[in-house]
Amino acid sequence: MSIRNKAFIAGAFEHPVRKADGISLAALHADVARGAIADAGITRDLVDGYFYAGDAPGFGAFSMPEYLGLKIRHFDGTDVGGSSYIAHVAHAAEAIAAGKCSVALISMAGRPRAAKTPPDVELAFLNNPAIPEVASELPFRQNVVNSYAMCAMRHMYEFGTTSEQLAWVKVAASHHAAHNPRAMLRNVVTVDDVLASPMIADPLHRLDCCVVSDGGGAVIVVSPEIARSLARPQIAIRGAGEAVKGLAGGRVDITSSAGVASGATAFAEAGVRPADIKYASVYDSFTITVVVQLEDLGFCAKGAGGRFVSDGNLIAGVGTLPVNTDGGGLCNNHPANRGGMTKIVEAVRQLRGEANQGVQVPSCDLALVHGTGGSLGARHASATLILERV
Amino acid sequence: MEVVASPFVVPETEAWAEAARAGILLFKRCLDCGEPHYYPRPFCPFCFSEHTEFVAASGTGSIYSYSITRVGGEPYAIAYVTLDEGPTLMTNIVETPFESIKIGATVSVVFRESPLGIPAPMFRVDGAPPA
Repeated sequence: MSIRNKAFIAGAFEHPVRKADGISLAALHADVARGAIADAGITRDLVDGYFYAGDAPGFGAFSMPEYLGLKIRHFDGTDVGGSSYIAHVAHAAEAIAAGKCSVALISMAGRPRAAKTPPDVELAFLNNPAIPEVASELPFRQNVVNSYAMCAMRHMYEFGTTSEQLAWVKVAASHHAAHNPRAMLRNVVTVDDVLASPMIADPLHRLDCCVVSDGGGAVIVVSPEIARSLARPQIAIRGAGEAVKGLAGGRVDITSSAGVASGATAFAEAGVRPADIKYASVYDSFTITVVVQLEDLGFCAKGAGGRFVSDGNLIAGVGTLPVNTDGGGLCNNHPANRGGMTKIVEAVRQLRGEANQGVQVPSCDLALVHGTGGSLGARHASATLILERV
Repeated sequence: MEVVASPFVVPETEAWAEAARAGILLFKRCLDCGEPHYYPRPFCPFCFSEHTEFVAASGTGSIYSYSITRVGGEPYAIAYVTLDEGPTLMTNIVETPFESIKIGATVSVVFRESPLGIPAPMFRVDGAPPA
């Protein structure tokens, strides 16, 4: 069974806040849920499925459905870090196709800035001795930046990728953010600016890294019958894929990702090719993340990603593949250090023709959303969606 | 010397931890398919056979990738090292000037105390990458 055209994204909402002082995490979830429900033009009581990840407070589905007053007959708490919500859209489509629910709410939110939560505290649960790889990795002080940095270092070694090429990913994001009044970093930067920023973990500079922000977002996924009854443009889920990759018992290869598999699955289900994609939301925790994923999704050959992203090729109106036209995690926001939800929301905006002035892709009828949760430098999960305005 | 039990040692990795305390790095090899693996587990991750044995590594290898972390205190080098026997493992490069840390450089193991209560296998650079 395929999920192709079996479910539609009817509502999407991005929280405007970037530093969430004076509001609780649960209330942020309520804000984004209300926003997506209103955007879809439905009422809360139609929601009969709830999808959430580790950012939702409470044990599993115990607290949030009760807090929100949802009457659900289906739930799914898949947590694969920042790519969770992209997988949730696919899982919601599966549930809808199977008749398990007909209006799915996916919510995410976080407030690490306001709460001043250091990343090492937030990720301390990963030091659990019951996790089998912990004893062979914990002593070496891996963190998110140096892990991705090792991916970048090896990519440079194998393929000749340069820091200048990586910097182009940030330059493109900054050009897009200049059109987004809510973006955290709205100033256009140059390749030289990126290279002149402090080295955090060789070869990644500060401007190779995404922002840390509060906020969140939500989407509503509905059955075809309900989508047809609503006033909003119909955004069909045409294909989806998910995959995991790790250190493979010591057969380590950190220059390609689980996106090779998740992307191939999604393109096969959708029956389209990378060249057909008009706009792509691609997880941008770091500049190298975008380069590796674009290669793995087939937008260019393996190893050619550095050349592909150069010279403004990801800038709307300039290059061949507009990517992250909201400014992405690199410039706009990265709520709760989980960037998947905002990737979905911007793709929906593009397909509806509701992107910011100056970055709207003309006749944007086919978009890709791709996320990586975890680390490309160690273990991670990839999720890919192909969305179509019908 | 009294050995303090570490919560990070599970029954299946006791031999690995014991060897680490003696300065020996163990990896595992499958007795059925012959493939080596790391981190050690009680079965082969490649063919799923339960017939595996611990093998002492020569302790030499080469750097697969690395990064110098320059924020949040004293800079340090995280790396992946590929053992001469095949498996690649996460580690730190120590006792080495940062400018000598290169992909392909040859390294040898040195054990250092770690927060786990088990000495951790780290590496120092012995030679430059082959030209």
